[in-house]
Amino acid sequence: MAAVAAGPSPGAGPGDSPEGPEAEAPERRRKAHGMLKLYYGLSEGEAAGRPAGSEALDPTDLNGAHFDPEVYLDKLRRECPLAQLMDSETDMVRQIRALDSDMQTLVYENYNKFISATDTIRKMKNDFRKMEDEMDRLATNMAVITDFSARISATLQDRHERITKLAGVHALLRKLQFLFELPSRLTKCVELGAYGEAVRYQGRARAVLQQYQHLPSFRAIQDDCQVITARLAQQLRQRFREGGSGAPEQAECVELLLALGEPAEELCEEFLAHARGRLEEELKSLAAELGPSPPAPDVLEFTDRGGSGFVGGLCQVATAYQELFAAQGPAGSEKLSTFARELGGRYFALVEQRLAQEQGGSDNSLLVRALDRFHRRLQAPGALLAGARLAEAATKIVERVARERLGHHLHGLQVAFLGCLTDVRQALAAPRLAGKEGPGLAELLANVASSILSHIKASLAAVHLFTAKEVSFSNKPYFRGEFCSQGVREGLIVGFIRSMCQTAQSFCDSPGEKGGATPPALLLLLSRLCLDYETATISYILTLTDEQFLGQDQSPVTPVSALCAEAREMARRLLTHYVKVQGLVISQMLRKSVETRDWLSTLEPRNVRAVMKRVVEDTTAIDVQVGLLYEEGVRKAQSSDSSKRTFSVYSSSRQQGRYAPSYTPSAPMDTNLLSNIQKLFSERIDVFSPVEFNKVSVLTGIIKISLKTLLECVRLRTFGRFGLQQVQVDCHFLQLYLWRFVADEELVHLLLDEVVASAALRCPDPVPMEPSVVEVICERG
Amino acid sequence: MEAVKESVKLAFRKRASDSRVLTCAAVWRMPKELESSSHESPDDSSSTAQTLELLCHLDNTAHGNMACVTWEPMGDGKKIISLADNHILLWDLQESSSRAVLASSASLEGKGQLKFTSGRWSPHHNCTQVATASDTTLRGWDTRTMSQIYCIENAHGQLVRDLDFNPNKQYYLASCGDDCKVKFWDTRNVTEPVKTLEEHSHWVWNVRYNHSHDQLVLTGSSDSRVILSNMVSISSEPFGHLVDDEDVSDQEEHHPEEKNKEPLQDNVIATYEEHEDSVYAVEWSSADPWLFASLSYDGRLVINRVPRALKYHILL
Repeated sequence: MAAVAAGPSPGAGPGDSPEGPEAEAPERRRKAHGMLKLYYGLSEGEAAGRPAGSEALDPTDLNGAHFDPEVYLDKLRRECPLAQLMDSETDMVRQIRALDSDMQTLVYENYNKFISATDTIRKMKNDFRKMEDEMDRLATNMAVITDFSARISATLQDRHERITKLAGVHALLRKLQFLFELPSRLTKCVELGAYGEAVRYQGRARAVLQQYQHLPSFRAIQDDCQVITARLAQQLRQRFREGGSGAPEQAECVELLLALGEPAEELCEEFLAHARGRLEEELKSLAAELGPSPPAPDVLEFTDRGGSGFVGGLCQVATAYQELFAAQGPAGSEKLSTFARELGGRYFALVEQRLAQEQGGSDNSLLVRALDRFHRRLQAPGALLAGARLAEAATKIVERVARERLGHHLHGLQVAFLGCLTDVRQALAAPRLAGKEGPGLAELLANVASSILSHIKASLAAVHLFTAKEVSFSNKPYFRGEFCSQGVREGLIVGFIRSMCQTAQSFCDSPGEKGGATPPALLLLLSRLCLDYETATISYILTLTDEQFLGQDQSPVTPVSALCAEAREMARRLLTHYVKVQGLVISQMLRKSVETRDWLSTLEPRNVRAVMKRVVEDTTAIDVQVGLLYEEGVRKAQSSDSSKRTFSVYSSSRQQGRYAPSYTPSAPMDTNLLSNIQKLFSERIDVFSPVEFNKVSVLTGIIKISLKTLLECVRLRTFGRFGLQQVQVDCHFLQLYLWRFVADEELVHLLLDEVVASAALRCPDPVPMEPSVVEVICERG
Repeated sequence: MEAVKESVKLAFRKRASDSRVLTCAAVWRMPKELESSSHESPDDSSSTAQTLELLCHLDNTAHGNMACVTWEPMGDGKKIISLADNHILLWDLQESSSRAVLASSASLEGKGQLKFTSGRWSPHHNCTQVATASDTTLRGWDTRTMSQIYCIENAHGQLVRDLDFNPNKQYYLASCGDDCKVKFWDTRNVTEPVKTLEEHSHWVWNVRYNHSHDQLVLTGSSDSRVILSNMVSISSEPFGHLVDDEDVSDQEEHHPEEKNKEPLQDNVIATYEEHEDSVYAVEWSSADPWLFASLSYDGRLVINRVPRALKYHILL
């Protein structure tokens, strides 16, 4: 049974074998076993070396950890027949034997190992004993060494202390030496001009001297030092005051003086005063360049010089000041701002003066470049001196200049327009001397229009420079918004068109209403010009402007339609005025001819009076003149017989039909009756009525005015028989030639009929001429 | 017609002698019956043409054509101013108007043919001022010294046809001319007209202030129109008629109405187009301030009234 009991042990694996020979009690073994298992980190089931299976807990498994011999035997006995029992017994015996032999071999093998291990342990025991002895010896030696060392230290202690003390004394002595040497050293430095060095020495010594000033010797040194320092400070100040050495050196001086403990307040004042002196020099030289005489350097050079001289100087001063007097706090920077503001103001005044001189000039690009440089230059101090608002002021100046520039361009345009008009006047006057009547009115118009347009374009281009991308101030809000819309569009372009209209208006209102002041052709030309502006040019110019100046300003602008309406109104007024002037010229001619003649004693008419021929000639000339600029216009379709020949027949038959009865003195009532009846059916004639933009309307207006004048004049005179006949002839002549000019020839007939009828009424002896004779005379004349 | 208030009337007559026309002037007396019965039966008086009695001639043979004759506006009707060519003549009627004696005269000197076209005797300043028009110029004269006191050069662009004094404002006068304009002047400042009207489309021949309400101005023109304008802003009643203090009873009603009347505008009240031909004369009635007449070339005399609404507007 012992074999059975020992059976599981070898089955557990060869690793357990060394424990086997010990043959200890199962309890102990199991315990050791458990500890080993614990050591190897295996679970109870796995300790068997087999993978944990379902039969791991099977008590009938011979090799299982939970093998129970009783259960196994019971099972065998119950289940197996005898033969099988026998077999299994033999099998078991064989297995036991095999196991025994195995165990024996294992024991033998391991026994040797065990012995050698025991030997090794024994040897080790010996070795350790030796080592222990040596360790003891070492310990004693160490104790001895410690002892010695302590003794040495004790011996060297006071010497070390002495050395330390000596070293301290040495350092002190060196310091003292420095102090004693300080006055001479300072003197030397001052003599050599090495102020920086001197100030550094002084700074080092000051605190010590301050501390030990109660000792007489130190006191003396301190006194010496103070004297020298005072001298130094004085020298520095002198150097500072002399001032010729430029800003950086001055700044250095001030820095040294500050280090010497001079009062900052006073220094800062003095620094600014010196800076002011220097900058004033700059300003003075700038002012000298302005001079009363025309400035020699151009504006670009001027702003350059101002920029590098004054603005650069100001920058240096500001930088130095801020570095030096940073400790002064807001009060100090306020002082600087005031300083910068004041000087900046003076600089601006100079620049403005100079720019004002430039206003008359025509070169915009130079001015813009100069302004750009000026503006750009001031950005640096502007950033430095935010409180002085230099950049803002500069922008303001640029804006102002831009505005003035716009004004200048507007003025230039107006002058150009007036110049054009003068040219036209001359051109109109010159050919007349040569005997030709107003040739090339259309060309003159084209010339004027194109020259004005080119002037406008040139002005736009010049003004456009202000908004160019590369110009530093072009992105300011003023230049992006107001300048474009209010300045250029409204101020320049719309302003110019308005002023053009006003100029034209002044021709209408001129006191010379007798027509002497303005040549009528000019009126006509201006009228056409205005009309052209209304139809095309205004919208073209404004589109051009809007394209070039894309302002972001939302302020309201004058709409194109309003301007067009203005121009159209102007054109209409000019044309009406033209009609009045021309009408007046002819009226005066007719009036003089009626008023100066003695109608009672006139001879029998043989000819048409020269003045009538002149009237027709002038009317023809006017017709030609107007025809050059205005379209024909609509004529009232009166009748198809518009040839001269048929017309004369027509008119003579008319005369017979209408005049003949009225000229018989026997029927004076008929005259009134007839003329009244006739008037009932004719429309009232508005003599000075507005005209339309065409030739016929213009001519109708002129002829209406002339004939109405003739009528009124005739009514104021008394006629003899031949006087009446002369009027008859004249009127027939006018009828022959004037009908073709008017829109409604009936109008001419009506007025002329009226003239003759009035003359007949004013005649004590109204005997009319035979129509055929009238015709003959007229055709001859 | 009522325009002639004097029993003595002035008339022009043209005398044709030796194929030369000379315009003359004479003093006539209106028949007594017409004067007394003119209001009651105007139809009768016009139908029974009664003859005028010739009193005397104004002898102008030495001075040229008479252009204008005007009575002294106040006084005993013994003084007449007449304008002949370039002479201004002051006549004195003597011996119950049977003789006219030339009291004093002045003449216009200058280059060219200067002729007076029209003249008016100012009712102000004790009737010592006369204004005349010649060509485009207006002149004022002092009748005591017969010297020029003011001169408005180029008062109109063309010939000045007529002028009239504001009956209530002593320095104001209106003028009209061939430039179709009516201009109102303050004779103390002759460089600029106070106001200009441009309503007519042809020569304006006549301008007349209403005798009592000087905001009403009547103009007649050869465009055959008569225009009645309301020139409130330069009249003697620029803020309308002052309310009587007795009207306390309907004061509540009155006040808003007054407020409405405040913005008084100069405007054309009416354009009368009854005439078929040029209108050569317009005149206010001397009896009824709301009545006026106009005469045109075709012989038509038109009598009109100021519109009732305006009349009440002015009166209330």
